[in-house]
Amino acid sequence: MQNDLKKEQKAGRFGEFGGQYIPETLMHEIDRLVKAYNYYKNDPTFKKELTDLLHKYANRPSLLYHAQRMSKDLGGAQIYFKREDLNHTGSHKINNVLGQILLAKKMKKTRVIAETGAGQHGVATATVAALMGMKCEIFMGEVDTKRQSLNVYRMRLLGAKVHSVTTGTGTLKDAVNAAMQEWASRTEDTHYVIGSVMGPHPFPTMVRDFQACISAEIKKQLINETGKLPDAIVACVGGGSNAIGAFYHFIKDKDVRLIGCEAAGKGVDTEKHAATLERGTTGIFHGMKSIFLQNDDGQIDEVYSISAGLDYPGIGPEHAELAAQNRAEYVGITDDEAVEAFEYLAREEGIIAAIESCHAVAYVKKLAPQMSTDQIIVCNLSGRGDKDVAAIARYRGEKIYD
Amino acid sequence: MTNISNAFKNKKAFIGFVVACDPNFEKSIDYVKTLADAGTDVIEIGVPFSDPIADGPVIQEAGLRAFKNGVSTKRVFEMVAKIREKTTVPLVLLVYLNNIFKYGYDKFFSACQQLNINGVIIPDLPVEERSEVAVFAKKADCSLIPLVAPTSGNRIKKIVAGTDGFVYAVSSLGVTGARDRITTDLDTMVSNIKRFTDAPIAVGFGIHSPEQAVEIAKTADGVIVGSAIVKIIAQEGTHAEEKLIDYVSNMKKALKQPETNRI
Repeated sequence: MQNDLKKEQKAGRFGEFGGQYIPETLMHEIDRLVKAYNYYKNDPTFKKELTDLLHKYANRPSLLYHAQRMSKDLGGAQIYFKREDLNHTGSHKINNVLGQILLAKKMKKTRVIAETGAGQHGVATATVAALMGMKCEIFMGEVDTKRQSLNVYRMRLLGAKVHSVTTGTGTLKDAVNAAMQEWASRTEDTHYVIGSVMGPHPFPTMVRDFQACISAEIKKQLINETGKLPDAIVACVGGGSNAIGAFYHFIKDKDVRLIGCEAAGKGVDTEKHAATLERGTTGIFHGMKSIFLQNDDGQIDEVYSISAGLDYPGIGPEHAELAAQNRAEYVGITDDEAVEAFEYLAREEGIIAAIESCHAVAYVKKLAPQMSTDQIIVCNLSGRGDKDVAAIARYRGEKIYD
Repeated sequence: MTNISNAFKNKKAFIGFVVACDPNFEKSIDYVKTLADAGTDVIEIGVPFSDPIADGPVIQEAGLRAFKNGVSTKRVFEMVAKIREKTTVPLVLLVYLNNIFKYGYDKFFSACQQLNINGVIIPDLPVEERSEVAVFAKKADCSLIPLVAPTSGNRIKKIVAGTDGFVYAVSSLGVTGARDRITTDLDTMVSNIKRFTDAPIAVGFGIHSPEQAVEIAKTADGVIVGSAIVKIIAQEGTHAEEKLIDYVSNMKKALKQPETNRI
């Protein structure tokens, strides 16, 4: 009995991390969501509808592509890219959004809200809301609306209302704050589509489950092609949804190295970075106990990255636990390294990937030469880079405005 | 009977709120004393947090002013030490969980005990996660004030179990801040809570006028006013005493009306 109770309290925990640290005004809705998710995740009709959408609308399974030129150029491990950038809407975000909005529909919601950093999650949410006939409002930090103005227009085109959030730092964490506040005031008809493996339970688990198709496909595709498991999986981490998606089905395969690449911005020893696991400490924020960049008083830091999608002061609780267990490694990649990888990948393989994903590519560039040619790295290309082209041009001193 | 529940004895309690170090360290100490002298029965002191997701714009802006004045959890305890030299009014801290977590649960509640801080309201701590904090609060004889929302429904029983201070009934969904109209059926909400606890029930979120106070006090045991007081301080800066006294007097008068105390 005592044990059962303990188990019950531990739902949504990853070691000491996770939990449900949110205001009581939202708990009733969170309880409903937990129940609905636990029911529908095993419901054959729901599963079939979601699989159909993933296959026929989102373009899954995504390709696993052997980057031979790059492998040869780096002279070490064979590099494979998981092409989430080829999904409809151009990133892995669609996997989670299809799942959550389908669930919201089952829960009889008529309106969805979401936060967005780079705009990819906002675009995916606006897209699926249009597809399913839901009203949609997106919260985006004011700074990010400027960095990613094309995505703002894209969301409007899809029928969504975009709120520019001016409080705090005007970036991703403030967009999350604003979306949570909006949700607290209106849960009856509204579902909050959290875009990453963060927030209160059930979000970290639910979003991971919706993203886990990435690693399930990688495993199948790579075994089909090579008969082997990869030696390493590399993915970028902000909140950590594409990374956990790429890691999940390999967590138990202890010989597969799992490597998350955080945004080191101008360098982890400067004040301008978002390298949560390298420089953060345990805290409680945005509904979860996890690792955060914060000061000694528990005030959340302002963080920085060239990439609006990695510009977040925390990380999903499952990553915090994978790091604590030393099951996954987390490394920092600077702006300069990411931009260089962005250009390298375009030239070498003809792929313009998102600046977020290029944090992972940059690490692959360092790792591959240290490995032998019969070893395999799978790098998750979480998104495409069209949205970043103008910003990168400006970074290089070109005068282009989008 | 705790110091807090005493504040509800034979009357409808008026609970006021200030943000620590707004408009500055010294003045926020003076204002607690001003509010207490004007008859405020319990005073909540807000500990500013960088990302106050339960708070509306008025309290958020007060937090930003406080940060400019160098507020920190340690500074709030220094402030309370000075307040305790001037008044024994029951004090409650409103503080987000991360501030307590980083300070250290044990160390935080020991400080509360030492300074005779009678209760703590943690807006982002639902009953599901309460146990990790409750053990330290109990040891320090500090009440954890539970919040009940209009949507709490069948959660109320477990939320209010073991309450020894008062129950904070949240009048409206969303964030703190004055509202012209409260659409929640507060009578029903308060009587639902009363089914499960004998602790006094105070209603907060959006309350600012004497008329609202009269209406709410027909069923509830007290009213909580935050943003309306913080707004006076925002407007009057370091010269808010007179307006604060006027405001509290009017609210107290409203709560003393015979019809209010009929039930």
